[in-house]
Amino acid sequence: MTDTVASPVGQQEVRRGVTVRLEGLTRRFGNVQALDGLDLEVAPGELVALLGPSGCGKTTALRVLGGLEDADAGRVLVDGKDLTAVPASRRDMGMVFQAYSLFPHLTAAQNVEFGLRLRARPAAERRARAAEMLELVGISSHADRYPHQLSGGQQQRVALARALAIRPRVLLLDEPLSALDAKVRVQLRDEIRRIQLEVGITTLFVTHDQEEALAIADRVGVMRGGQLEQLGPPAEIYRRPATSFVADFVGLSNRLPGQLRDGAVEVLGARLPLIDAADGAGSVTALVRPESVDVVADPDGAGRVLAASFLGPTSRVTVALPDDVLVVAQVASGRLADLPPGTAVRIELATVPVALAH
Amino acid sequence: MAGLIRRRARRQRAFRWAVVSVVGVFFALPLLAMLEFTTRGAGGRRTAETWRLLVDWGRLGETYPDLGAGIAASFGLVLLTVLLMLALLVPTVIWVRLRLPRLRRVVEFVCLLPLTIPAIVLVVGLAPVYAWVTYFLGGSPLTLTFAYTVLVLPYAYRSIDAGLSAIDVRTLAEAARSLGAGWGTVMWRVVLPNIRSAVLSAAFLTVALVLGEFTIASLLSRTNLQVAVNLLGKSSATMSVAVSLAALVLAFVLLLLLSLVGPGRRRRVMKETP
Repeated sequence: MTDTVASPVGQQEVRRGVTVRLEGLTRRFGNVQALDGLDLEVAPGELVALLGPSGCGKTTALRVLGGLEDADAGRVLVDGKDLTAVPASRRDMGMVFQAYSLFPHLTAAQNVEFGLRLRARPAAERRARAAEMLELVGISSHADRYPHQLSGGQQQRVALARALAIRPRVLLLDEPLSALDAKVRVQLRDEIRRIQLEVGITTLFVTHDQEEALAIADRVGVMRGGQLEQLGPPAEIYRRPATSFVADFVGLSNRLPGQLRDGAVEVLGARLPLIDAADGAGSVTALVRPESVDVVADPDGAGRVLAASFLGPTSRVTVALPDDVLVVAQVASGRLADLPPGTAVRIELATVPVALAH
Repeated sequence: MAGLIRRRARRQRAFRWAVVSVVGVFFALPLLAMLEFTTRGAGGRRTAETWRLLVDWGRLGETYPDLGAGIAASFGLVLLTVLLMLALLVPTVIWVRLRLPRLRRVVEFVCLLPLTIPAIVLVVGLAPVYAWVTYFLGGSPLTLTFAYTVLVLPYAYRSIDAGLSAIDVRTLAEAARSLGAGWGTVMWRVVLPNIRSAVLSAAFLTVALVLGEFTIASLLSRTNLQVAVNLLGKSSATMSVAVSLAALVLAFVLLLLLSLVGPGRRRRVMKETP
């Protein structure tokens, strides 16, 4: 899932971005605590994705960084300089919004030039920069079109060009792909990453789509209740979820009953190591990824196939076990023919470290 | 089946034409009668003398000084009311949308209030205020600008508010601010160009209302076009009817223009491509 874009490793030297630091950000809307002492540091040129369910505070964090929202407490530092009281118009941060935000009365090129016009740049420089940016986002042939003559994906490309034209210190992306259809979303997602690496700009990307976050980011911050639940590289977030919330939210997890004994957990007859060491003994719930579960047709097996859903190269098979335990397994789609609903099966678990639900 | 559909379509077309004709005659007949009346000459002949006099500003002012003054006052009032209304309403409504959304209902209520108050009641309330206005600014009919601005608020507010509802003001403003625009720039260079047709609608409605206003001007003893026409009706019925007809036609043309500028830019997003 994370292999769709080039790894940023080894590109640190060419990055020219700034350091962004959010310190103890707190924001309350009526009874809702949108941010609850959020701390986050983004390295120069790094792309951090904030991921979480609706209302977890990810967009508020981005808006506070962009100056579009005031924090009740806490500080926003860019390269060590406190910007908390600086208005949005003087923060030098390019932003792409979830809603289409191009100015309807201006053409694509004029939209891109807008920020430069405000900075009183000469007309020739403005035009050259707009052309360069539209070229970068691959839409230079549409420079003279008005927003209503562009598709959603094209509008978001122009919005990205407009945000980058002013050479901002930080790029803020507020769910820029969520209004687009699936195919365009994946294509534009990869392009955003390419452009971000090319420009080397420090970027905060907010999304509720875990696949998007894992595919595009250097580090992913999973948020819950206005705080970071876990911050780390995509592979770590996926393979070593710090909490049951992260395990549940990022990827799919089976919640299987098990027995904790001697630092490992016994689940469905298999003894699985733990991601984080745990003392004691007793009944626990283990979080097991579907790709760690195998289903084997066996007339003496205790399980019955309930349903199977085709996902392309792989499929998900839901198996009912005694005591109302349901297990979802990910199998190669080629094996689906052997596992029609009602087939007696047995479950085999791969010996990979698992997390425990708290 | 095809024959039935054709017959039904023919019937509907005939019905449409009948309705349009009846309504057209209902509105056009009085106007034609006015035109007929203003072109009557001695001995049953037709003459355009009244209309020639009406468009000859110098001669009109000499012949009917009150009418000339009334027309000048009304056009001055139109200009000042439009300017004051736009200066007050446009920034307020935009600001409320952007920064004080909780006040929206209150502002809407205040702006729509004049609609519920009869002009005569408004005048009773305005009379003491106008005593002060006269004290500070004199008795010029142009001082009616203040009363007229209140009078046109409901219509102008509705128009501008509808224009703002058609665009995502908040996102556009935030995008502009992130690009370095201050609040003034957001209003003038981002929001205003996108509600241009709504602002024009508000201005046209104001023009039509101010040109036709009689009650407040009459009761506050100021002479505007309608008051002058009313006075003229007692001495020169032909000219008074000609001026009324010209004012009606002007209002009609303005409303026609309004319907032309009314529909905003179509916001159709093309078929999805990356």
